[in-house]
Amino acid sequence: MGRYVIRRLLQVIPVLLGATLLIFFVVFALPGDPIASLSGDKRTPPHIAAELTARYHLDDPFLVQYGHYLAGLLRGDFGETFSGVRVSEIVAGRFQISLNLALTALVMEAVIGVGLGFYAALRRGRAQDTLVLAATLLLISVPTLVTGFVLQLLLGVELRRSTGIDFFPISGAFDGWRSYLLPGFVLAGTSIAYLTRLTRTTLAEVLRADYVRTAVAKGLPRRRIVGRHALRNALVPVVTYLGADLGTLMGSAVITETIFNLPGLGQELFRSIYERQQPVVVGIVTLLVLVYVLANLVVDLLYAVLDPRIRYE
Amino acid sequence: MSSAAPAKGAPPNTRRARHARSSRPPGRGARTARPAGLWRDAWHDLRRRPLFAVSAVLIAVILVMAAAPGLFTSVDPYDAAGCVLGEARGGPSAAHWFGTDNQGCDTYARTVYGARNSVLVGLSTTVLTALAGGLLGLVAGFRGGWLDAVLSRVTEVFFAIPSVLGALLILSVFRTGTVWTVTLALAVLAWPMTFRIMRASVITARGQDYVVAARGLGASAGRLMFRHILPNAIAPLIVVSTINLGVFIAAEAGLSFLGLGVQSPDITWGLMIADARARFHEAAGPLLFPAGLLSVTVLAFIMLGDAVRDALDPKLR
Repeated sequence: MGRYVIRRLLQVIPVLLGATLLIFFVVFALPGDPIASLSGDKRTPPHIAAELTARYHLDDPFLVQYGHYLAGLLRGDFGETFSGVRVSEIVAGRFQISLNLALTALVMEAVIGVGLGFYAALRRGRAQDTLVLAATLLLISVPTLVTGFVLQLLLGVELRRSTGIDFFPISGAFDGWRSYLLPGFVLAGTSIAYLTRLTRTTLAEVLRADYVRTAVAKGLPRRRIVGRHALRNALVPVVTYLGADLGTLMGSAVITETIFNLPGLGQELFRSIYERQQPVVVGIVTLLVLVYVLANLVVDLLYAVLDPRIRYE
Repeated sequence: MSSAAPAKGAPPNTRRARHARSSRPPGRGARTARPAGLWRDAWHDLRRRPLFAVSAVLIAVILVMAAAPGLFTSVDPYDAAGCVLGEARGGPSAAHWFGTDNQGCDTYARTVYGARNSVLVGLSTTVLTALAGGLLGLVAGFRGGWLDAVLSRVTEVFFAIPSVLGALLILSVFRTGTVWTVTLALAVLAWPMTFRIMRASVITARGQDYVVAARGLGASAGRLMFRHILPNAIAPLIVVSTINLGVFIAAEAGLSFLGLGVQSPDITWGLMIADARARFHEAAGPLLFPAGLLSVTVLAFIMLGDAVRDALDPKLR
């Protein structure tokens, strides 16, 4: 196990290096002079421009700049913006909101997806099964852009207008966990559908396995067969999907964040691109790459817990 | 096994074999010594699926709409003279079936004209990713070795980058968004997916008996790859590409909505949604109509992909 963990950690390094290099390269190519835009319409005094250029290594070749950034990153330093604010300060609060949103989505995904998939698998081929499949097709096809606005209108505005129930805030993160209910569901939409399908297929497959037949032959109650023997084994791919999805959810939340006015990482990245705050842009994307890589790492290690047949040499 | 058989008959999908099959009406009555291939089987199966029929009709309508929007409306939404500010946010009427937007323009005509940019982005991104990812996957899977190792590591890097944010970054490098920059941004981030699918399917195919036989007969690498392996390994790529077409159309709408995709005065569904957003709670029509057509379009392609997958992959039945 220990050796596997080390090998797996070593595999993470080239991915991180490659991804940061790629992001740095794109951000390097962004048009515009960040120093000039600091003073707005006026010209930046030459000695200040020279000092800032030296301070942020802006005259160095691309790879040298990347080296400076990487050296900072290794010390846990995400750098600072061209106006001297620490990137980590800007990102911290934003990260919390994005994480809340992604975790809400992940919980909804797990509960609804596994629940529906479980329900459909036990009724394979019947009307309820077909209905669930049709619902997943719809969930996959309707873009976030559409579900976001439609749910905002139906649950956030019309529901309040007609019944007075004011349960789903439609803008901002001011209402605690309730702020994340609608955006969380919207963000999770496609994933719920995929997870339902995945749970349904795997569970149906497992239910046909030899050991389930043996359990039936032993005379075990059905609840125990499905719950202990089938469900646990069917959960391995489901957990993989969920783990890998955390990074994806955080990275794809920008449209949901925009619709519901949640000041998360996506919104901040968007703003930083417009304001040419390259250090913030690189910092946010690097952070999201880290989340993705670490979530996948944890999932790989969880395998052994869920499926005792899997052994790491 | 006779020595001549594998070269002629074994790869069931050489161009000649397919041509011979398609010149005859497919069906039970066809008298043929050749076994029904994967493609004919799939086509036969596909034609009887209601899911396929529905999605094919929808896609046909959308494609006509993209090619000749004038057939659906006599209003030219690119002509600003047709917009009357005094009639802004009017509800559905005989003159304006879907009502009017914030500028007093006809929502129906704009929605119809918006189809072209969406379909263009969807088609060109799909073709680009299928070609780039497919070819690289074919070569990597067939050759193996260092080339495969390097390309596989590169795809791992791309997978770690969040795709929407990555696309936003690439688009912000170009100062103006057009159909082609959106296509490029989406394709740069999506080719690793087609690469992986093609590579996995080529690796399965390259160990098959007919490939070994063809290799034994002295077939060149190019011939092995394109005449023997490709026709038998391309099915998963086709399925994923069909589904991706819908996904790319949705992605274009998202990027245009955020303001970095296709720019006004070009009409796209994403831009229409962004424009209608500010007054959404007073006048939902200008947002809901493009959103509805967008959803139907994405649904049609994903349904088609589902149907094609069911037909091509008998294991899932």
